[in-house]
Amino acid sequence: MSDDPEIMLRERFSIQGGDFGRAGRVSTTIKSMLKQIGFPAPLIRRVAIATYEAEINVVVYADRADVTFEVTPTVIRVILEDEGRGIADLDLAMQEGYSTATDEIREMGFGAGMGLPNIKRNADDLEITSEVGVGTTVRITVLAGE
Amino acid sequence: MTLNEVVHVLEGELVCCAEKDSMEITGVCASDLMSDVLAFGTAGSLLITGLTNAQSVNTAEVADVVAIAYARGKRPADSVLLLAEEKGMPVILCGLSLYEACGRLYEHGLVSGSEIREPQ
Repeated sequence: MSDDPEIMLRERFSIQGGDFGRAGRVSTTIKSMLKQIGFPAPLIRRVAIATYEAEINVVVYADRADVTFEVTPTVIRVILEDEGRGIADLDLAMQEGYSTATDEIREMGFGAGMGLPNIKRNADDLEITSEVGVGTTVRITVLAGE
Repeated sequence: MTLNEVVHVLEGELVCCAEKDSMEITGVCASDLMSDVLAFGTAGSLLITGLTNAQSVNTAEVADVVAIAYARGKRPADSVLLLAEEKGMPVILCGLSLYEACGRLYEHGLVSGSEIREPQ
């Protein structure tokens, strides 16, 4: 979370780990909100894709997460703070093709080691901090003013 | 090509959002891997897939895919079709394989709705 005085909009959501039926609800809600504000479609698409991949990661790997969505005149931020197993080797997790996914996840159409690289590709800035056995925080920033 | 023409070429059935049958389709992205659709699909495309769960609809919405065709005679659960209807996402059911569906649409002039990427 940030104390940025420029914040025009801040919403909070929560995601439940293992809740495959509701996976995608937070990112599609954020997408609708950005559409209502009137951001350009390609920008909204980047935020939605990055958030959706991060949301899937929470559902798949974590116990739960709090999501903070913030919009300022210059940036769109999505911060996912999860409680869960954490990521042991971040560099490895960032490599395309690396995955610890189960068959159940692959049946959903994910788990090919594309998630974090996809988030990075769509974000202008991506910060990930993680502690094994505690959880992971993912901060996605997309510049809004371009 | 319009959605209606796509349905005809695929010998399929439009089971969701039939009112959008004159919508223009500009390209095709075909995959069962949703992360690939998110990474390489382009906005405005038709998604052809064999994956029938709710994530196929969510992925389509997030990636600005404008319609979904389920190949190989697969039919999503009613809850998935309801989700598509809620999101205004047209759904085509067709009996063709993914390869055949893509081949026919390509033959009729629909281009790739995926980015080209060199082997890594």
